[in-house]
Amino acid sequence: MSTVRIRAVSPSNELHVLERPVVDNVEAVPAAISGSPRRRRRWGRATVLGAVIPIVLIVLWQTIATSGLVASYRLPTPLSVWAAGVDLYERGVLYQHVAISTQRVLVGFAVGSVVGLVLAAIVGLSTRVSELFAPTLGALRAVPSLAWVPLLGLYLGYGEDPKVALIAIGAFFPVYTTVASALRHVDAHLVELGRSYGYSGPALLSLVQLPAVVPAVISSLRLALAQAWLFLVAGELLGASLGLGYLLVDSQQNGRIDRLFLTIILLGLLGKITDTAVGVLERFLLKRWGS
Amino acid sequence: MSSSSLRRSTAADALSVSIRDLSRSFGERRVLSGIDLEITAGEIVVLIGPSGCGKSTLLRHIGGLDSPTGGTIDIGGAPVTGLDARSAIAFQEPRLLPWRSITRNVEVGLPRGKRNRDDRDRVIELLDLVKLSASAHLRPREISGGMAQRVSLARALARRPGVLLLDEPFGALDALTRLAMQDLLLELHAVEPATIVIVTHDVDEALYLADRVILLGAIVPEDSSELLSIRSTVTVPGVRPRDRGSGDLAELRAELLEGLGVPTHHLSSQ
Repeated sequence: MSTVRIRAVSPSNELHVLERPVVDNVEAVPAAISGSPRRRRRWGRATVLGAVIPIVLIVLWQTIATSGLVASYRLPTPLSVWAAGVDLYERGVLYQHVAISTQRVLVGFAVGSVVGLVLAAIVGLSTRVSELFAPTLGALRAVPSLAWVPLLGLYLGYGEDPKVALIAIGAFFPVYTTVASALRHVDAHLVELGRSYGYSGPALLSLVQLPAVVPAVISSLRLALAQAWLFLVAGELLGASLGLGYLLVDSQQNGRIDRLFLTIILLGLLGKITDTAVGVLERFLLKRWGS
Repeated sequence: MSSSSLRRSTAADALSVSIRDLSRSFGERRVLSGIDLEITAGEIVVLIGPSGCGKSTLLRHIGGLDSPTGGTIDIGGAPVTGLDARSAIAFQEPRLLPWRSITRNVEVGLPRGKRNRDDRDRVIELLDLVKLSASAHLRPREISGGMAQRVSLARALARRPGVLLLDEPFGALDALTRLAMQDLLLELHAVEPATIVIVTHDVDEALYLADRVILLGAIVPEDSSELLSIRSTVTVPGVRPRDRGSGDLAELRAELLEGLGVPTHHLSSQ
């Protein structure tokens, strides 16, 4: 989906992109996956089928919006949403909104998941450390993450730091919880096997535990990424002067329903694109480390 | 034993095992007590006994996976103080790493450290010995239970152990595969004459494989919670491969089954 949808922001080929998102998709499949012709065909079919509902929705949307059943200030037409996008693009602000939001998500996600992985490794591998830290981390996890917003604002001001920190908190917990638990549940028989063949410490970790938790790590990263986008919007809704969350608030206050729709669609696409990127990583890693 | 002596290209020498007054308690519960056992280098000894009689615990002690509460174990005249490269263990479950190919699973058994040409040759040789050369590239989920157990055996042999410890290695296999595996084990023993200690429930297996069968169990049969030790030792006559239907073995079979508390309804041939 990625290449096509990214092009949706370029003004040159609007109809081509909106009405026939299928065409380029086959090429969008990375070479590693589209290895054999049969696989490529299956992928082609999957993309064609996957595109059916979006196309139907767009057609339905266009039909309802132009039928006069719903007032245009409540439901814009697809074309007016497109036009709003082109307008923002031409003023040079669309790119800024998208870029800053993506940057916040990626940085926050990276920080949160790395800290999550490190803590999960420490807590998951040592019973004693787990007994020391797990209850506290469990309690922190019970705090609804948005409750941190005012505190983060107070401590870190209103620049990039509090937003990135909030996203990092959102990304941290899925990774920490899933990976720590996966490490605790690595097959004790395999660990003993490694030990009995003279492996211990880091060597045992890389022989048994790490490969065993690869699937859990990946699925936790996917969850964390979804959380990161969620907390991005939450953070930007509550105070920002740039970014997609800000664009939502701004559009609402100015009655720009077309921009509201545009932003929601953009968030969906960006989330899907980053998720697909992790999905490609997942297929690669599972091929290597899956059972 | 230094790692260099483990890397001889010829088959490793079998090592003797000497167990003296071994005991093991888990808290209040005594699992083993007063075990004295001398195993000659190259011998095949089978430990047999009812569930929970401590056979696996004894095996794990020889491999250094568990340490005794009292007594000593020597391998080749030097004491076992912990995990020991002189022995190698294979478990009832093959315990293969699912993300590694068969070849890479066998490599786990090689002595730690840098891998060289000899090590690669060793793995190829072992896969050939256990008749898995054609499956070397497969992952564990792609092979059968019997094949997986062969991988586990090859892995245990990779470091040329002086003592090979097998904890119910064929227990989870179907009856026919089990018989084939027993023959394979004897073939391996002929090529790589390590001392072998096997834990099993299967009396026929014990008699087919062993030089000696050690019956473990409670000294006082009525009180199974106390004094689990060696109840009797049976030296199996004849040379391998043995006739599975031999009359002599039938006598011993009845004797061992009685010892395990199973009524055999066996009419003595005398």
